[in-house]
Amino acid sequence: MSDKPVQAAIEGWYTLDTDTPHLIGAKCDDCGTYYFPKNLSFCRNPNCEGETFSEVQLSRTGKIWSYTDACYKPPEPFVAEEPFVPYGIAAVELEKEQMIILGQTVKGVGPKDLKVGQEVELVLEPLHEDDESVKITWKWKPLG
Amino acid sequence: MSNDIAILGVGMHPWGKWGKNFSEYGVHAARAALKDAGIPWQDVGFVSGAATMRCGYPGYVAGATFAQALGWQGAQVNTSYAACASGSQALAAAQAKILAGECEVALVVGADTTPKGFLAPAKGYRPEDPDWLRFYLGITNPTYFALYARRRMDLFGDTEEDFARVKIKNSEHGFTNPNARYKKKFTMEDVMNSAMVADPLRLLQICATSDGGAAMIVSSMDYAKRLGKADAVRVAAVSTVTPTFASAVVEMPDIATDSAAAAGVEAHRFRAALPAKAYEQAGIGPEDVNVAEVYDLSSALEMDWYEDLQLCPRGEAAQLVRNGDTKLGGRLPVNPSGGLACFGEAVPAQALAQVCELTWQLRGEAGERQVEGARVGITANQGLFGHGSSVIVKK
Repeated sequence: MSDKPVQAAIEGWYTLDTDTPHLIGAKCDDCGTYYFPKNLSFCRNPNCEGETFSEVQLSRTGKIWSYTDACYKPPEPFVAEEPFVPYGIAAVELEKEQMIILGQTVKGVGPKDLKVGQEVELVLEPLHEDDESVKITWKWKPLG
Repeated sequence: MSNDIAILGVGMHPWGKWGKNFSEYGVHAARAALKDAGIPWQDVGFVSGAATMRCGYPGYVAGATFAQALGWQGAQVNTSYAACASGSQALAAAQAKILAGECEVALVVGADTTPKGFLAPAKGYRPEDPDWLRFYLGITNPTYFALYARRRMDLFGDTEEDFARVKIKNSEHGFTNPNARYKKKFTMEDVMNSAMVADPLRLLQICATSDGGAAMIVSSMDYAKRLGKADAVRVAAVSTVTPTFASAVVEMPDIATDSAAAAGVEAHRFRAALPAKAYEQAGIGPEDVNVAEVYDLSSALEMDWYEDLQLCPRGEAAQLVRNGDTKLGGRLPVNPSGGLACFGEAVPAQALAQVCELTWQLRGEAGERQVEGARVGITANQGLFGHGSSVIVKK
């Protein structure tokens, strides 16, 4: 990795704590529904009229709901390495939040290493670099 | 039945990459539908167009664009946009007008010209737009199809060969369809040797985009009777329900599902809700269905639809494919047209093309791809942002 400064690819969506990073979501103060990306306006639970929310750190471990990879370079705004290297993708169920969140898997981990139900944790890894900084994002990494 | 409307005529412009203006495909299809119905254009009291977002302003006001191209004659006009369900929403608008007694006969039409290359989101740095966000993170359309396919493999024991069998079946069905774009019978070897796009899906298991146009002439049952067509195929249901909170399946273009953590909230599958409402509207059940046209954006997704349409219990779709049940000549043929595998997707026309096919099937006019004795057919499709549809037609 280069010695450029590290920056969040999307500001304010995850803590930059390198050991135990968390996604930053929101929780409705009235009904307890979680949101990621965070929603701070009107609760979308049809039974709830909530309009106030608290920022919360979401669970940083979960179980794989499903997984795949990207064998071809996606179009912009994706910024690809040259030459393009395929990467894994996992959809992960968070038990407490009762929701599924997508993300890439860490470098070197692809479909052959994964299974539905497997436990994974959230880590930070580069998404791409620009002239000024390395942009980091959340990725899923198998536990143990 | 008081809630039925008659399908007097159907017509299509063949799918392909023809490079013409979308309105030419729409007018070609509309004229074919008028001819099939045997009525003059001047009798149409309502023009219901499905919009395209890829062809500039004329596409946003597609209903008026088609009406002008056919010759302004003072009909009422409407344009619907609902992603992949746009055609069904245009049909629902016509159904409502007819059942409300505001018009007797309507033209429903959708057409598209697709650009070359990827459909990329608008430029800039816009993380608040879920479509922009997912591409930035490297999540494309095939990602979602592949997640559903891989989950089937791990939970139900489906194999890559099962998904290939769906593609092979559809390629055999569409082989003689004059409106299909791809007319090649693929073998297991062809499919399994095509490039991996998103594990476990290969290039030949993911649908392309196409140009095309489809149109229908629909009317009140009274009008059909006066025309001597009381036995016309009927639309018995048009379901265009939204999902119910909370979503159980991560859907394009979102990177997360809703949370089902709040008291009293359950996770729901959107795809299953669409046909459930259609069955309820038509007052029939899955056991009455003889033929289905479903949205095979990927070959594996067709198998999800079998279960969402309740044609078999959850997890058993692969057995239907292995038995040949959903092949022509089988117990319950699915995608006799060849499906998206043979057409490629022409978004605003596709849901209407599904109904056109079922109309030909129920009339016994489907030629070599005829499903013998078909009396009830159902369509299913799903698009972006909570849009989808299911239409039931019957004799």
